[in-house]
Amino acid sequence: MAKFFAITLLVIAILSAIPIVRNTWHPMEDISTHGQAIDKQLDDTMWEAGLSFLASQILLAWFIWRFSGNRPGEKTKSFPGGATGLVAGAIILVGVEVFALGIFGVKAWGNIYFTQPGADALPVQVQAGQFAFYFRYPGPDGKFGPLHADKISEANQNFFGLDPVADPDAKDDIVTAEMAIPVNKEIRLLMHAKDVSHSFYVPALRIHQDFVPGLYLQLHFTATKIGRYEIVCSQLCGLGHYNMKAYLDVLSQQDYDDWLKKEAAMQ
Amino acid sequence: MHDTSAHAAAHHGPPTTFIRKHVFSLDHKVIGKQYYGLGLAAVLIGMVLSWLMRIHLGWTNYAIPGLHLLSKTGAPGDVMTPELYLQLMTMHATFMVFFVLTVAPFAAFGNFFIPIHTGAEDMPFPHFNMMSFWTTFVAFCVMLLSFFVGDGPTLGGWTQYAPLSAVGSVAGPGQGAGVVIWATSIAIFCVGQLFGSLNFIPNILDLRCKGLSMWRLPLPTWAWFITSCMGLTSFSVLMPACILLILDHVAGTSFFVASNLVINDQLQPHSGGSTLLWQHLFWFFGHPEVYIAIVPGMGIVSHVLITNMRKPMLSHRVLVYSFGALAVLSYMVYGHHMFVSGMNPVSSIVFSFPTLLITIPSTIIVLIWIGSLYGAKLRINSASLFALGFVSLFITGGVSGFFLAQPSIQILLHATYFVVAHFHFTMAIAAIFGIFSGTYFWFPKMWGRMMNETLGRIHFWCSFVGVYCIFMPMHYLGLAGNVRRYSSFPADYMAPLIGVHQFITIAALFTGAAQLIFLYNFVHSRFWGEPAPDNPWQGTSLEWSTTSPPPWDNFGGRHMVVYHDPYQYGVQSSTGDYVMQDSPEQVKTENEEP
Amino acid sequence: MATTVVPPKVKPRRAPEPGHPGNGGFRNLVPTDGKLPAVQDYAPVPSKTGIWVVIAAIAMSFAAFTSALVVRQGASTDWHHLVLPPILFWNTLVLLASGVTLEIARRRIAVFMGGPRTFDLNPARWLYVTAFLGVVFVAGQYAAWLQLRSAGLYLATNPNSSFFYLLTAIHALHVLGGLVGLTYVTRKLHRNVLRRSTLDSFSYYWHFMGILWVYLLLLLWMKI
Repeated sequence: MAKFFAITLLVIAILSAIPIVRNTWHPMEDISTHGQAIDKQLDDTMWEAGLSFLASQILLAWFIWRFSGNRPGEKTKSFPGGATGLVAGAIILVGVEVFALGIFGVKAWGNIYFTQPGADALPVQVQAGQFAFYFRYPGPDGKFGPLHADKISEANQNFFGLDPVADPDAKDDIVTAEMAIPVNKEIRLLMHAKDVSHSFYVPALRIHQDFVPGLYLQLHFTATKIGRYEIVCSQLCGLGHYNMKAYLDVLSQQDYDDWLKKEAAMQ
Repeated sequence: MHDTSAHAAAHHGPPTTFIRKHVFSLDHKVIGKQYYGLGLAAVLIGMVLSWLMRIHLGWTNYAIPGLHLLSKTGAPGDVMTPELYLQLMTMHATFMVFFVLTVAPFAAFGNFFIPIHTGAEDMPFPHFNMMSFWTTFVAFCVMLLSFFVGDGPTLGGWTQYAPLSAVGSVAGPGQGAGVVIWATSIAIFCVGQLFGSLNFIPNILDLRCKGLSMWRLPLPTWAWFITSCMGLTSFSVLMPACILLILDHVAGTSFFVASNLVINDQLQPHSGGSTLLWQHLFWFFGHPEVYIAIVPGMGIVSHVLITNMRKPMLSHRVLVYSFGALAVLSYMVYGHHMFVSGMNPVSSIVFSFPTLLITIPSTIIVLIWIGSLYGAKLRINSASLFALGFVSLFITGGVSGFFLAQPSIQILLHATYFVVAHFHFTMAIAAIFGIFSGTYFWFPKMWGRMMNETLGRIHFWCSFVGVYCIFMPMHYLGLAGNVRRYSSFPADYMAPLIGVHQFITIAALFTGAAQLIFLYNFVHSRFWGEPAPDNPWQGTSLEWSTTSPPPWDNFGGRHMVVYHDPYQYGVQSSTGDYVMQDSPEQVKTENEEP
Repeated sequence: MATTVVPPKVKPRRAPEPGHPGNGGFRNLVPTDGKLPAVQDYAPVPSKTGIWVVIAAIAMSFAAFTSALVVRQGASTDWHHLVLPPILFWNTLVLLASGVTLEIARRRIAVFMGGPRTFDLNPARWLYVTAFLGVVFVAGQYAAWLQLRSAGLYLATNPNSSFFYLLTAIHALHVLGGLVGLTYVTRKLHRNVLRRSTLDSFSYYWHFMGILWVYLLLLLWMKI
């Protein structure tokens, strides 16, 4: 039965590795400018994790195969070098590996979080609420009008709580249910939550950030490929969490301008 | 001088009434078995809930017969609503993490075996020990109560993030009374666990018998000692968090709820609270909690492997130091649950380094296990199969941790099925395999009968293959961006993944059915199993020096004296290839540590 | 002149019995010469370890409350300092006094237990005084809450008042628990079966309540 166990382990290890090697299921193609470092990090980690996984399962299987059963007459013996070699090996190999991953990962993380958006980044505001995302564009005046929580009304479709009568800056704000951005243009995303915690997850853009009620957060990114992508909520927010999503259209500059005009007319 | 172990422990004589013997027992062995029974009940509940969840995930519109009995409004026509899915998910996780993984490997086996491993007559404070079980039982009943009140249990996940958990029923079904019940139950649970640590730690430090130094304690007892220290310092943080949450609900305070929140077009009355405060408090408890769930299993599995390998581990001390390192580091890594939470991104980098470092003691432990197999004479039986399975599962679970330890990779994998795969491998299956291994190994000692070995092996094979089929594909789902805690997957890019979910569901139902083999084996053996000898596995530690099951004072009035390290195997002695810890026989062995 | 090197003075932790080679290992349970029957019995009492377990748990929970306070203060601009009711300072004196009376009680009881155990020495008197002072402390805390209420500050009025009530109430609850323990100790004394370790463990807890209160008072004074 020990040999059967060893073989089962091997089969499981190999079957588990196959979809990874064949890339059957993998993250969406990266359309961001900062995502290459993340994908490289994922790749490096997959190599190290994958090799560690295979090596340890195979070693386990081999030792079970070889050292099971009574073998009368033989004494039990110790791994050559005892624990010292293994401990040293673990500390050095694993320590170096994880340190390297950690250090290189700082850059991948910092590309998003430790850099500032350029002065001409396009500002877009997103508000997350149970159970939809709404977006706001500043309009021709380039300024966002103030938000009034007491004026929020889904019934009246005033999702952000704007008061165009009292606030001149709010008059030309454009509120949409879908997000569209021009390709190759840096976007400055302003995020806040209306009610509970949500999250802004766009796998293709390599962007993932929770909304925190009470905090206004900012991200910036640039999309490099035209297409239709999905923004999904990934922080449990209630019964509609599974269905809380919005489309992100990355358009050519011309198409984006047309879209914005159309949306402005519908306000 | 008197022997303190007999004196300082329980001053009670053998129990005489039925109530004292089986219900409100002061005997740590009975309390351990009561905890085991509680864990068994909880795992059955958790497992059934998981079947319901998995059926819904694979076939969203399927009418599960009888589902409407579980919830008044959550299953019209027996089709699960999204809110019922989340409620079942929350209860599944809560029962499993608290009432199975903290109870079975730690409270159940720990209560039974710590006094025996230390050569003591009982725990030092048997009344508090009895209260610890009954308090935990009350917590269990309170949690069950949430199925029967109002709009059902809370749906906020076992992590209960604020403000969803704190604003009340306006945020969704179960978010009013359901959350208050959840938090009350957990607060009571924390008290029960503290009463447990109150017994475990003084027993191990103060009631060891003659000749039993700390280094001569068997590995499970070291594991329970380290886990008790973790429990002491982490449950005592969860309870304040639950108190604050309850106050936000019933007293109108605003610890966790920020200002100007609007739900259903109504401005919420709270103001000024901190959303992230809950996460910090919860995860400061939450990360040590997962090590509380796994470290006893590591101790148990080490113990089972040593007995079946007929040789000790390569280094007893390195294993103990590594368990300790895991415990200490576990307090420094909790922020890895919060990388993208909105906390300062520099903090994310800061937390990622100890998280990466914690791989080192984990790797050392796995390498010691594998390295100790070298040159062994491994016996294959149900207990050792589950122990070996634990090693394989822990490797897989640990390796997926490499990815999640890095903030940049969490941008892709946070809150996806990759995380679900990781924690199920380490907690749900490795830790459960640890419980099974301990059960097959210690059943003869605890209940005086042998379990059926054939059924045990069938149980193992079905479970081992089954759990890999269930949880390995979840890694791939996560890589593809499949978000977790979804009751179904309407997003365009997730549609191609539903087939994988259906495969997982079939595997889950099959593996669940296989657990019935264990249940049958357990119940049948309890009443009709072969009577067990004192030492069926030729073990060396003190539990094998007494009868199966042990008498009420553990050693029949003997004052135990220990002469050896706990794992003297591979030696030539009068009993065979091993020397029991309490045997005065001196043998020369290469593995004797001072 | 030759200098003499004096060997360092090593003070043994416990002097071994004559002819005994000494003990080794943690808690001195293993003889250094391997002859097990010669091991001295070293008998640490579990209640003393147990009470440290309890104190550690309570300390951790108040650490959690403290960090909640600090984070909550930084989260918003609605922090409005409240003036601490002056009765708090009297309550502090009462609690510290109860620590002094407890120490007096311990010494009286030690004399009692060490000699003829005639009850005209009245060893429990100072325990009663300690209990009385404990009750006065809790009553005084209640009076502080009433004063706050009359100023319009309730549990949910603002975060400062929330933490004030929370911290003082939870501390008072633990003091009440301590009074239960004191009852247990007094009953054991009356039945003449009080062990030194039980009394010691109780006094660690009671003094911890005092120290904890001083810490909370400083925290409230500085932050609330």
